[in-house]
Amino acid sequence: MVRKVLVGVKRVVDYLTKIRVQADGSGVDLKNVKWSMNPFCEIALEEAIQMKEKKLVDEVVAASIGNKSAAETLRSALALGADRAIHVVTPDGDASASPEPLAVAKILRKLVEKEKPGLELVLLGKQAIDDDSNQTAQMLSALLGWSQATFASTVKMEGNTHALVAQEVDGGLETVKISLPCVISVDLRLNSPRYATLPNIMKAKKKPIESISVESLGVDISPRNRVVHVASPPQRKSGIMVESVDQLLDKLRNEAKVI
Amino acid sequence: MASGIYVRASAACARYAGSAVPYGAAGTKGALISYATRFSTSASGSLRALVLADVEPGTARLTSASLSAVTAARQAIGADGTVAVLACVPAKAGSELKNVPKNLSKCFVAEHALFSHAIPEHRAPLVVQLQETHKFSHVFSPASTFGKALMPRVAALLDVSQVSDIVKVESASCFVRPIYAGNALATVEASDAVKVCTVRATAFEPATASDDLSGVQVENTSHLLESFLGNAAALSTFESEDKVQSARPELGSAKVVVSGGRGFKNGENFKMLEGLADKLGAAVGATRAAVDAGYCSNDMQVGQTGKIIAPELYIGVGLSGAIQHLAGMKDSKYIVAINKDPEAPIFQVADYGLVGDLFEVLPELESKL
Repeated sequence: MVRKVLVGVKRVVDYLTKIRVQADGSGVDLKNVKWSMNPFCEIALEEAIQMKEKKLVDEVVAASIGNKSAAETLRSALALGADRAIHVVTPDGDASASPEPLAVAKILRKLVEKEKPGLELVLLGKQAIDDDSNQTAQMLSALLGWSQATFASTVKMEGNTHALVAQEVDGGLETVKISLPCVISVDLRLNSPRYATLPNIMKAKKKPIESISVESLGVDISPRNRVVHVASPPQRKSGIMVESVDQLLDKLRNEAKVI
Repeated sequence: MASGIYVRASAACARYAGSAVPYGAAGTKGALISYATRFSTSASGSLRALVLADVEPGTARLTSASLSAVTAARQAIGADGTVAVLACVPAKAGSELKNVPKNLSKCFVAEHALFSHAIPEHRAPLVVQLQETHKFSHVFSPASTFGKALMPRVAALLDVSQVSDIVKVESASCFVRPIYAGNALATVEASDAVKVCTVRATAFEPATASDDLSGVQVENTSHLLESFLGNAAALSTFESEDKVQSARPELGSAKVVVSGGRGFKNGENFKMLEGLADKLGAAVGATRAAVDAGYCSNDMQVGQTGKIIAPELYIGVGLSGAIQHLAGMKDSKYIVAINKDPEAPIFQVADYGLVGDLFEVLPELESKL
């Protein structure tokens, strides 16, 4: 039995927010926007909680890396069912300057080492919806020398030694059998995350959040990739409305010449 | 063994220096000498960019997305750089490679039964070994699920930060990539010695390819596998797959895509799109809502979390045009929207919009094609 599972959760701009690029090209305007837990992280957390409910794991540990606001995200992870949380605190400053996936993976490796023994599974979302990198889980498993599964749409534990993971790949599904310990990144179809109930939100206030400064872990989080410029994507010319199928076909044949 | 490889790499360097004459060295002897010196003094030999190629399942044919990654790599290293490709293929398939980029400096082949399926744990150590020997300046792969799963593992082993899903090459170290579901484009300067990138296939023309490998220097690197493959195999094994068989063109490379959303109401209705797709020779795509509702399989999903496509013609039927979906198709050349809700956001990006009930419009459209 896996005793502990570590779930990484990231605080990002809410997925329904229409972001604005700053006119000077310095980045995305992050003032006065709604923040929430990255949707893929919610799914990773839900999976860990379901594993605990099935008595496949004893303890669900949520971890987040970020400035002091990341504690809010950890509090919601606790309300959803995580047992305790670790907040790796980065210097306050521009929220857009969150550490790169490589630095995040190195920090998570430190947490994995700290939580040994008993930690044999790390669950992460397949990507954060702000930087869209899709890297951290793969990097973490590489640094640990562990096996990896990505884009998981089902996860089945096989005794104490292996997991069967169906991965969403181009062209369909591919199932791999990976040995524990392992890192799994989750896709949207793995599960439907639950909502936190009011009693659970109240209970979460009593659950512990351990704060660790990023400096004390000895991981260099200075960016290797410098963002030179951020621009809005080219706007599409507004099109025209057609009145009928005949008119549509005429436009496609004679104006666009695509059919 | 390592020294043997190094000698071969140096030989490739000399060969490349010879072929460099037509490349704007203007025939002056001085230019040629400085050119040759540059490479012979460089620790890298002539090989500068390595592209990790994906191979179509059950064949030894490089994917079109891999050829797009080759194009991006060539842009990054400039006219005087060289591109090598690594193809990991099932045992004894190395001589059957198909769809290999033309004018390739080198093709590394690794053959093993384990390579029937792309498992990153099995491949990443090989890339690291090649990198240690050849010191590539760039390691690229397509941003397909193959590249997305493999490349960050390689990057971490090399202690390099990765730039994901690039859509434009500004210079050897500067790349453009979409963030926030394509709602912003970030220009990123990578400072690491090796630039590790995955490449969005729809943003780069595939490199011209040939099935004839006679002009390509092929190096079999299978012997490099011995030292690590035993351990790597124990980490992960292929168990089974469930791939969707379709006679229609592949979604990622189709010239025309017809796509459906929740407006179809059920999976039976969703099949109406197939008739239209057959008339147009199109691939069928779907929104996340349609996939989650079970109308079709998930590999048809177009969007931030599914496939990114840029066909010549995209016809969206019965879909609203959520941000997540637009991120996957808004670079299409022409967008047609058919929806009964005139307020649907899809109309804001559509070149041609038709407000109407899809259950009336679709049959009419199909019959008139």
